[in-house]
Amino acid sequence: MLLLTCPCCGVSAEETEFTNGGEAHLKRFGPGSSDADYEAYMFARKNPRGVHFERWRHAYGCGKWFLMARDTMTLEVYGAYKAQTTEPPADIQAKIKARRPEWEGYK
Amino acid sequence: MSDAVSALNGQRASGLVDLADAGPMGMITLRGDLGLLGGALGSVLGLSAPELRRVVSGEKGQVLWMSPDELLVVLPYAEAPGVAAALEAALAGQFATVAVVSDARALIRVSGAQARDVLAKLMPIDFADFAVGELRRSRLAQVAAAVWRDSADEWSVVCFRSVAGYAFEALATVAQPGGEVGLYH
Repeated sequence: MLLLTCPCCGVSAEETEFTNGGEAHLKRFGPGSSDADYEAYMFARKNPRGVHFERWRHAYGCGKWFLMARDTMTLEVYGAYKAQTTEPPADIQAKIKARRPEWEGYK
Repeated sequence: MSDAVSALNGQRASGLVDLADAGPMGMITLRGDLGLLGGALGSVLGLSAPELRRVVSGEKGQVLWMSPDELLVVLPYAEAPGVAAALEAALAGQFATVAVVSDARALIRVSGAQARDVLAKLMPIDFADFAVGELRRSRLAQVAAAVWRDSADEWSVVCFRSVAGYAFEALATVAQPGGEVGLYH
């Protein structure tokens, strides 16, 4: 069971109040892009064993989407941040680096 | 005009707590920037926009914080259309929406010293430091609901009309005598 804090309404609640929306920070390839790019955008996901950036929605609460960095192996939550962010905030990246020195970075 | 009937039609139950359908209540959903909505509420109802997860109460009704861009106004049933029209006029030309949702929601009053114990059986909320005038949107068993604390022993639960019977029966079931928890008192 994950305990998550929504950055939009500040509520700390358990996992069942939220829904997972898959991997975050995907770059969209739409009409006019190459087949390889489109296929990668549609289907290729990192699915790591370790640090993962995800989209979540506070479905039963304020209804807002947000992004979160967590560890798929230890279930540790490194931090949540606004959905209107193109890459993980520096403080969350620094926190991950401190907890998991072997982490290769966000890219 | 036909008479308005709430989903629970005045249903009541008692056990560890007293449950009562609030009857037909006027409810208006406002969406938009909260500063903007607060200005309109001030001119129409004399109420301000609530702070994060708070409820503002006044003589004319209550304003509930629902999300960073959504408020719910609770007031007597008959007044809702008039107030909504006044709010719409006050917000004319602005990026905001006003909708009367009185018939789309159900309001249940929960009262009694064990109200927190009963609510905590169904809602994944820590009620230990839940202040008077605070509001939480969460789930009640399997349906979405919002709960707020009107006074020490009086709570209100609002849910969608279509699940009102489920919510009421779920509350009545966990409030049956013999199911005391004794966690919060």
